[in-house]
Amino acid sequence: MNESLVLAETPLIDKHKELAAKLAPFGGWLMPIQYSGIIEEHNWVRQNAGLFDICHMGEFIIEADLAKSNFSHLVTVNLENMPPGACRYGFMLNEQGGIIDDLVVYKIGDAEWMVVVNAATTNDDFAYLQRNLKGATRLENISQSSGKLDLQGPLSAEVLAALAGPGIKELRYYTFGYFDLLGKKIIISRTGYTGELGFELYMPNDKITGLWGKLLNDQRVKPIGLGARDTLRLEMGYSLYGQDIDRNTTPLEAGLKHFIDWDKEFNGKASLLKQEESGALRKMICFIADSRRSPRHNYRIIHKGQDIGTVTSGSFSPSLGSGIGMGYVSCEVSPGEQVTLCENTISINAKVTSKPFYKCGSAKLGEIK
Amino acid sequence: MTIPEDLLYTKDHEWVNIDADKATMGITDFAQNSLGDITFIDLPKIGIQVKQSEWCATVESVKAASDVYAPLSGEVLKVNTELSSHPEMVNKSAYEAGWFAVIKIADLTEKNKLMNFLQYKEYIESLSK
Repeated sequence: MNESLVLAETPLIDKHKELAAKLAPFGGWLMPIQYSGIIEEHNWVRQNAGLFDICHMGEFIIEADLAKSNFSHLVTVNLENMPPGACRYGFMLNEQGGIIDDLVVYKIGDAEWMVVVNAATTNDDFAYLQRNLKGATRLENISQSSGKLDLQGPLSAEVLAALAGPGIKELRYYTFGYFDLLGKKIIISRTGYTGELGFELYMPNDKITGLWGKLLNDQRVKPIGLGARDTLRLEMGYSLYGQDIDRNTTPLEAGLKHFIDWDKEFNGKASLLKQEESGALRKMICFIADSRRSPRHNYRIIHKGQDIGTVTSGSFSPSLGSGIGMGYVSCEVSPGEQVTLCENTISINAKVTSKPFYKCGSAKLGEIK
Repeated sequence: MTIPEDLLYTKDHEWVNIDADKATMGITDFAQNSLGDITFIDLPKIGIQVKQSEWCATVESVKAASDVYAPLSGEVLKVNTELSSHPEMVNKSAYEAGWFAVIKIADLTEKNKLMNFLQYKEYIESLSK
C-alpha cells in the first residue's frame, strides 16, 4: 500500500517496530494501534500506568494581546480569567456553531498560550488562526519540533515523581508546571484522555526517545497503543474529533455545553444561543448493550420501531464486559430506555445510560498522596 | 504463524478439518492475529444449511465485526457453545479449543476449491508483500 509513503512518523517509530506494535494510519500519521493486545493494555492503564506516543497531535504557541488580537473570540475558553499554570478544554467554532476542533489551552506566560489540537486538523487549525488573529500577534506552529507523551493510570504520579520530583504530586487536575527531565525543563500537565490519573508531557522531539525509554524502564509502565486509547476514552464518554464531533455538529448537540463559557463572546455563540432557544435537532446519547456484542460507527439507532439516529462511536468495553457506544438521535430519549442498534442482519439490544460508562476512574482524585 | 499440515484453508482465512462426511471449521491463526482480541462470536444455529463461501458466523474484535464464511456446504451439526462466554479461546487456540462448528458435508468435491497448508502459507506470504 502506497498510502504509508505519505504518512508522517513520530520520533518513536523504530521503538514501536522493536516492540512489534501493529501500526496503522491515524490522522495522517503511522501510529501504533496495539502492542500486547488492546484489552490487556486497556486494563493495564486502569490498574497501573500506561505510556502513549502522542507526538502526532499539534501544538501552537500564541503570544497575543487579548484586547487587540481577536484570539479570545476564536476559542470558547475564557482566556481573560485564566491563571498562569491553568489548562482549559474548549473549542474553536465556525459561525454556525460547528466544531472546527476541540482543544486544550495552556496559559504559559502573561500573554502567552500553548494550544494543543488534534493531529488531522493541525494544518487547518493553524491556517484558521493565521487568517483570524489580528495585530502584532505571534503564532507559531511547533508541532514539527515538539512531541508529547501521555502517562496515564493510577500509578502514573508515583512513576513520574521518581523522575521529575515530588512536585508532580502537587499538580491539580487541569493544571501544569515546568519540570526538569533529562536536563531540560518541560511542561507537564495533569490532563489526559483516559479517565485515569495521568499526565501529558511536552518536550522537543530530540528528547522523546530518551524519555520514552526512561519511563518504560519502570516495571509499572507499559506502552499503550491508540486501540486502547480509544476504548479508554469511550468508556469515559469522551468525544473523538472526526468521529463524534466535527464541523457539522455543535457542542450543544454533542452534550458538551458545560465546556462553554457563556460569559464571554466567541465565534459561533449567536448560533449556539439560537440553537439553545429552539432546541437542538440532535442530541448525543450513550448506550450499553445487553451482551458482549458491540455497536459500531454508522449503525442505526432504533427506538420504539423508529429510526432515530446514528451510532458515532461503538466498541467492546473491557471494563464493563459489554458493548458500549454513543450516537446522535433526533428525539428525546432518557436513560433507562431501550434502543436497538442495527446494521443489515445485526441487531443489538441496548439501554440508554448516562456518561461516563466507567465510573471508577482516578482522573479527578483530589490531592495525590 | 501456525498452519497445521492436516487442514484445508480458504482465502478468507477459515480452516476445515475433514473427517469422513463431517467437517470441523474455524478461523486461522493468521485471522485471529489480524483481528486482535476477540470479544464476541455469533455462531450459526444448529440444523441450518450453510453454503460454501457464504455467511456462517460473525466474529467481533474490539475494533470491528467481520463475517466468517463456510468452507464447505452442508448442515450445521454442532457449534462450540463455549465461545459465547469465552470468545478469547479463538485467540488462544484457533485450531483446537477455538473451533466454530461441525458441518455435515453435502458435496465433498467442493474441497477442490480449498487450499492445502503449503498453498495457504504461500497465500498469506503474498498478502504481506
